[in-house]
Amino acid sequence: MTDHATEPRKTALYALHVELGGKMVPFAGYALPVQYADGGILLEHQQARESAALFDLSHMGQVRITGADRVAALEALVPADVAGLAAGNTRYSFFTNETGGILDDLMITQAQDSLILVINAACKEADIAHMRANLRGDVHLEVLDQLSLLALQGPKSAEVLGQWVPELTTMPFMSVRDVRIAGIDCRVSRSGYSGEDGYEIAMASDQAEAFARKLLAHDAVSPSGLGARDSLRLEAGLCLYGHDIDTTTTPVEAGLTWAIQKRRRTEGGFPGAEIIRKQLSDGVSRRRVGLQPEGRAPCREGTELVDDSGRVIGAITSGGFGPTVGAPVAMGYLETASAETGTIVQAMVRGKPRPCEVVKLPFVPNNFYRG
Amino acid sequence: MSNLKFSEDHEWILVEGDIGTVGITTFAQQQLGDVVYVEVPEVGVTVTKGGEAAVVESVKAASEIYAPLDGEILESNQGLADDPAAVNNDPQGEGWFFKMKIADPGQLDGLMDEAAYNTFIETQS
Repeated sequence: MTDHATEPRKTALYALHVELGGKMVPFAGYALPVQYADGGILLEHQQARESAALFDLSHMGQVRITGADRVAALEALVPADVAGLAAGNTRYSFFTNETGGILDDLMITQAQDSLILVINAACKEADIAHMRANLRGDVHLEVLDQLSLLALQGPKSAEVLGQWVPELTTMPFMSVRDVRIAGIDCRVSRSGYSGEDGYEIAMASDQAEAFARKLLAHDAVSPSGLGARDSLRLEAGLCLYGHDIDTTTTPVEAGLTWAIQKRRRTEGGFPGAEIIRKQLSDGVSRRRVGLQPEGRAPCREGTELVDDSGRVIGAITSGGFGPTVGAPVAMGYLETASAETGTIVQAMVRGKPRPCEVVKLPFVPNNFYRG
Repeated sequence: MSNLKFSEDHEWILVEGDIGTVGITTFAQQQLGDVVYVEVPEVGVTVTKGGEAAVVESVKAASEIYAPLDGEILESNQGLADDPAAVNNDPQGEGWFFKMKIADPGQLDGLMDEAAYNTFIETQS
């Protein structure tokens, strides 16, 4: 096993983050801003709900898969319908393991002659090793480590990018375009992790700072950090790998069956397919749910959930304060009998039971672009 | 005569007679970020120096607030239930956490005055 440097790695925007007053913290081996001095998590979160927030996602892994057998090879590792994904589109999926658990979640883009994957920073080494070991046939994997990745999220995102490339304002949700923005070549997808309309934009790392500065020059744009990224996705009911989903959770338990397209459910052909097929027909013993704590005390990850007799019936996997909701919000797993919307369960916080109501996700209605 | 002292855990205590008003410092609230919830102690509870007295929750995490001295809780700031942001906006005023009866005024000698605290926070990166 190689020794990792103790110094966190830097993205191409490190100097810019520091210049902007970013409070740098280590995250997945990188130094990234949890928030900015003039912002704070509440303001930066609000920015994404009301205007346009700029996030640095360059710690995430980007890989390109080429070769005649690339679609079949990837389908052997993910339960997505990659064959049916039209060029110029992107789709959410996950690598599964033999027990139907999740190794990582990812975005798969169908480019004309390749597949482009965006994978979580904490898992990228493992994901790449997994793919190198298991992609079969005429397939070639290239790690795109010369690229950076930014996200612009919020209702004004379209207007901001539209000032350079008007067509970007009408590109469909989950579509992908290769365009030149302000003289910089970019791959743009209309996607994100906030529940708002927005874009994720990849460009060469030596252009990333210049690109970010151009966006930040627009009045509607301000920088947002990891703290806001987390509170936004939690309000949007989106999973965070390693917390809400991991190798012990199946997509069925996690409520992610929507990401397993119909053909793959019946045909299988990915790790854990039989287990997942059985869960789809017979049901699951526990489910991921939204939880609304009563009162103002946040109920955080790891908190046990008990029924009225004190029996443990689940646990919180993500929890904190929802700035848009104006109250604490959480997600967790509950045994199926207690997972119905409206059920009241008790979260054991500092030894005291705090009532939480099972609620539908998302906490905040999403605003994805619908044309 | 009032007297403002500071602990190494970034609490301040404003002493008037044998009653102290306790809160967290500007430095502490900056480190915490936006405060969203405060759990104040119950009146009548006995606290010990360095023992947990309150909990402050920022968006990202919960942090313990310690009693700077031995004593008994006389009053808690109920206003923080509706306005936890007062801890950020006015940490040494409206953002006070609780008032306590000081059991042993001699313990005040173990706390820092403002000048010593300002020097102390320069050592905290």
